[in-house]
Amino acid sequence: MIPELGHFALILALVLSLVQAIVPMVGARRNRMALMAVGRPAAQGQLVFIVIAFVCLTWAFIESDFSVRLAAANSHTDTPLIYKITGVWGNHEGSLLLWAMSLSMWTVAVTVFSRNLPEAFMARVLGVLGWISVGFISFTLVTSNPFERLLPGAAQGRDLNPLLQDPGMIIHPPLLYMGYVGFSVAFAFAIAALLTGRLDAAWARWSRPWTIIAWVFLTAGIAVGSGWAYYELGWGGWWFWDPVENASFMPWLLGTALIHSLAVTEKRGAFRSWTVLLAIGTFSLSLLGTFLVRSGVITSVHAFATDPTRGLYILALLVLVIGISLVLFAWRAPRLAGGGSFGLVSREASLLGNNVLLTVACAAVLLGTLYPLFLDALNMGKISVGPPYFEATFVPLMTPVVILMMIGPFVRWKGDDGGRVVRKLALSALASVVLGVAIAFAIDHVSVRTVLGLALSAWVVLTSAQLLRARLAERPGVAALVRLRGIPSAWWGMWLAHLGIGVFVIGVTMVGSLTADLDVKMSEGQTAGLAGYTFTFRGATERAGPNYDAATAIVDVERNGTRIATLTPEKRVYRAQRMPMTESSIDVGPFRDIYLSLGEQVESGAWVVSIHYRPFILWIWMGCVLMGLGGIFAASDRRYRRLAERTATATNAKHAG
Amino acid sequence: MKPRSKRLLLVGGAVALLVGAVALVLTAFQQNLVFFHTPSEVAEGKAPAGRTFRVGGMVEEGSVRREPDGLTVRFAITDTAKVIPVSYRGTLPDLFQEGKGAVVQGTLDQDGLFRASEVLAKHDENYMPIEAQYAVDQAQKAAQTVQH
Repeated sequence: MIPELGHFALILALVLSLVQAIVPMVGARRNRMALMAVGRPAAQGQLVFIVIAFVCLTWAFIESDFSVRLAAANSHTDTPLIYKITGVWGNHEGSLLLWAMSLSMWTVAVTVFSRNLPEAFMARVLGVLGWISVGFISFTLVTSNPFERLLPGAAQGRDLNPLLQDPGMIIHPPLLYMGYVGFSVAFAFAIAALLTGRLDAAWARWSRPWTIIAWVFLTAGIAVGSGWAYYELGWGGWWFWDPVENASFMPWLLGTALIHSLAVTEKRGAFRSWTVLLAIGTFSLSLLGTFLVRSGVITSVHAFATDPTRGLYILALLVLVIGISLVLFAWRAPRLAGGGSFGLVSREASLLGNNVLLTVACAAVLLGTLYPLFLDALNMGKISVGPPYFEATFVPLMTPVVILMMIGPFVRWKGDDGGRVVRKLALSALASVVLGVAIAFAIDHVSVRTVLGLALSAWVVLTSAQLLRARLAERPGVAALVRLRGIPSAWWGMWLAHLGIGVFVIGVTMVGSLTADLDVKMSEGQTAGLAGYTFTFRGATERAGPNYDAATAIVDVERNGTRIATLTPEKRVYRAQRMPMTESSIDVGPFRDIYLSLGEQVESGAWVVSIHYRPFILWIWMGCVLMGLGGIFAASDRRYRRLAERTATATNAKHAG
Repeated sequence: MKPRSKRLLLVGGAVALLVGAVALVLTAFQQNLVFFHTPSEVAEGKAPAGRTFRVGGMVEEGSVRREPDGLTVRFAITDTAKVIPVSYRGTLPDLFQEGKGAVVQGTLDQDGLFRASEVLAKHDENYMPIEAQYAVDQAQKAAQTVQH
């Protein structure tokens, strides 16, 4: 009964999404207030019904109702409660429902927080979001009904894939989806603006905070996913350039470009066509990511089912979205010309340079991700493109981005004196190179990659300090604290996010240079050494978990005779699927992680133990945290709300008059 | 500088940047493609010598054994028609099992031994790596055409 209730609620949500897609659009076209006003309640009602559907599905999982096919395939009576709940989206159908629910949440958030938008503009935004919602809910209902019954019901469930039974997986999918789906708001603003033909600074100002928040979610989602891969896959890698990771990284790259391009459009009215294209591109890449991950064209932990009709449906949706938006763009583009002119040395030029580089980097990832699929589809052979390709293209493309990123904030809008900028930054540049070389010698690892990475991070840190000093010097004679408080939070956001990149680069460089790994056969009492640490194997014991049996090894870690940690890596076998799993054990530290995973038992008592030393790996995620914080600061700038209100009243007045 | 020549410089610089970036991407792409071959193709000598490539198929039943050092593993990958011996040093993925699908990446020795640097198995109990399934399908298709 409850699953049918959920199914019915989802159908009602589809009906409401159709109302939201059509009525406000018609209203905006005919300038009928009553029709436009339908958008908000339709969107809010839709959220209510999707949440009901979602709760009903979750109920089937919690209650172990194995007459629901999805629960039977992804849950088990012994599964811990939290993984029963996350099992709801640990599969194709449920994750689509989560997609639709995030979209609905974003839509309602727009109706609540952007209340001051002109009515006609809001109606169009809601209309566009409504159409996307129609696409996804109907996709769910037609090809992937999560409430499908299994008759007769199964006596026991097959349990959730053990790889997904992990705390990281509780929050990774929702975060990532909030990011993916969040770009639909930026997209809807862009399309609504194209429809009205008014792509001005006001539009950029309205859509900028939404874009930044979506970007923050995506950043967090990618970081959590990478952290999960690091500790769960058992060999201490944090990024694999796997197609599924690339699928989330491409919208991130283009979304980053979009945020910066929006800044130019807001401040100077320039780059308008470019910004619109980026908004369309970012959302299209989010859809492409959903397609790649969900269609089963890629084998990975994310590809749940290989049903061609599903892939075709998303592909059709993708083609429709890209096609319609580009036609609309071509039609309206002539109106977009103009905007402030700017010189060769100006903030606009530096932002343009970074935009181009980020877009090229995104295209390079796209090529490496899609080319093998194309060849395969055309039956021209099977190939794979591995990490070496991505590293070979990414490092040279990102190096100028990191350099320019710190020059840009020192350069004035519109035009600046090149000599002034050079004089200002020459000392920092020189110091960065010297520091890069010196630290590389100090850690005894002199290679181009290491020196480059260290010099770049030194550059970011030094120029960040310089930037803060310059900012504080703007108001001499005022107390330091007052001056600090006087800096707008948007500026802090920029500063933090850029500093985050520097911290991230330190992590990546050190992990890349000083990493050490050792696979060793150990029996009780034996020791092994790696990177100055001594590891003593104290034997292995058996234990039973809630839905698995495990062999736990006990390993003491010592440095210079003092014990630092006792690590307990495990080999688990999940009972329902008879699936073996390696559960790593990590001693996390600010400057290094010591990472152990347990291989197979070779002879009686002897085990293969993998020891990994990962210097500064925490800095990678600390960098991501700083970037995310930067985004939060940037989006919460008071200036946005104030200006948005002012322009809204101004435009409303204009419309009235 | 006149505004006109300034703009020319800006556009020229952007184009040069773009051309350089594209050239970089395409060279890296050329150098780092990893081709996939079925065991039958490898047996026929179609695999590139001295270059990294991938082989996929089933891990042959009864072929997995460890060398005395306890770390190096020997096994064989088969597409049911031909068998390729593989040597790999390191930890095997959790779902690596005899009679199940696997894909290995590495280079071929002169004496026909495949030295794997990476072993990929499936992520989940139910699915076979696409490439491994493909190799087996190809071999079975070939076998059928021979019979006819």
